[in-house]
Amino acid sequence: MTIKFTQDHEYIRIEGQTGIVGITAYAQEQLGDIVFVELPAIGKTVKKGDETAVVESVKAASEIYAPVGGTIEATNEALGAEPAMVNQDPLGTGWMYQIHIEDPSELDGLMDEAAYADFIK
Amino acid sequence: MADTSPQDLKTVPLNDVHVALGGRMVPFGGYSLPVQYPTGIITEHKWTREHAGLFDVSHMGPSFLLLNEKSGDPDADHAAIAALVEPLICGDIKGLKPGQIRYTLLLNETGGALDDLMIARPADPDWAGSLYIVVNAGTKDADFARIAGASAGKATLNRADNCALLALQGPDAVAVLSSLIPEVAELGFMTYRSFPWNGTVLVIARSGYTGEDGFEILVEPEHAKAFWDALTLDGRVKPIGLGARDSLRLEAGLPLYGHDLDETISPTEAGLNFAVSKRRREAADFPGAARILKEYGGELSRVRVGLLVDGAPAREGAEILDASGAVIGKVTSGGFSPSLSRAIALGFVPPDHAAVGTKLSVSVRGRSQSAEVAALPFVPHRYYRKPV
Repeated sequence: MTIKFTQDHEYIRIEGQTGIVGITAYAQEQLGDIVFVELPAIGKTVKKGDETAVVESVKAASEIYAPVGGTIEATNEALGAEPAMVNQDPLGTGWMYQIHIEDPSELDGLMDEAAYADFIK
Repeated sequence: MADTSPQDLKTVPLNDVHVALGGRMVPFGGYSLPVQYPTGIITEHKWTREHAGLFDVSHMGPSFLLLNEKSGDPDADHAAIAALVEPLICGDIKGLKPGQIRYTLLLNETGGALDDLMIARPADPDWAGSLYIVVNAGTKDADFARIAGASAGKATLNRADNCALLALQGPDAVAVLSSLIPEVAELGFMTYRSFPWNGTVLVIARSGYTGEDGFEILVEPEHAKAFWDALTLDGRVKPIGLGARDSLRLEAGLPLYGHDLDETISPTEAGLNFAVSKRRREAADFPGAARILKEYGGELSRVRVGLLVDGAPAREGAEILDASGAVIGKVTSGGFSPSLSRAIALGFVPPDHAAVGTKLSVSVRGRSQSAEVAALPFVPHRYYRKPV
């Protein structure tokens, strides 16, 4: 299993042709308490960098961008009732959506764990 | 997710305390202040509603206006100083009892709000002929210039915004503060007095911006840390950032200047008729009286309402739509209510859409979400009422 990171603090966990997308532990800490998550429609096709979700903290709304292009296959409906899972377990139960990766070469420009750890220092 | 650089911002006397506590320092009215501590806004908000929250609001503008020449008759001196500020505002200052605080508005000639502020008459007759005035951070330089200008030659305005201004708010606030200064328990809501404490003098008002019982305390900068430490030693007290202060005041239905109030908005439109004192109304002797009295009589084009919003929070600037989809107003502040676990907002709509229960909608990111006009406050006020 591979995990990659964007400069906008999204992660994508790659399992074959599928990616699980969410925001990093660093991002959720910066945002503070998450109170609402707007998720994309299943079946929607997105390009790399498109706005795909919105997380609302008490203070403000922040856009979540697609780390790669592809088709939305599933979303984490549990966040509707419990958006705070993004704070509690951002890389686990706080995932946002699953995307079918259109072009795996788009992953090449993303950071690996070590590079991201360096990036947020 | 841009990090905010606290450079070029003014710092408050307790800056190092907030940084050491892990406060996330962001700009508020030109000052670097904590929006939250590591516990987070929701926990801080709920703690304040259940126990006692300690806020640093030293960005605000406390000041004292002092008559240059006193007659020695406390009532005459109070009347003289009241007469200097009343032409700027819609409140009855002359009629304040010793120690009483009044919430009022600084108005322009067309009745728009230049600021909302607190003006208080000292309890001690030796201090008659002075007023304790607290204005908002973003407007303080202009406000102070206006007040000083109106009283030039007759009174002197002494700024006290080098001091720390702390707010202790919540149901345990009185027990906590009276463990240090027993007499504060006798202060009525919206009254203030000065109290000696550990070699300094604290100016303590029973007031606040959360809807809870509580106090706002002015303390000299060199004594601020000792006082903060004395309060936080009490297990019922936690430091609370200005993020929770905003969510608390929103639940309490209290307007925020620069958002729910600005120089186009009158006190009547903002639902603040209580701040237009009866004596001033009858005399029609305040700025913008012609407009405000007409509005008072029912000729209004917009009024401030509370909205219960379904789904994502509707933030400032979001359009408010009627049942047919026509835009009828805008949200002026909105967010998430930790007490109600839902989105709430304040905004302005025409009076025929302002009745509690009216079904409206708000536009968030181009999509329409249901909203309903709600009674204010969203969360009941629990101010202290002195037993009679």
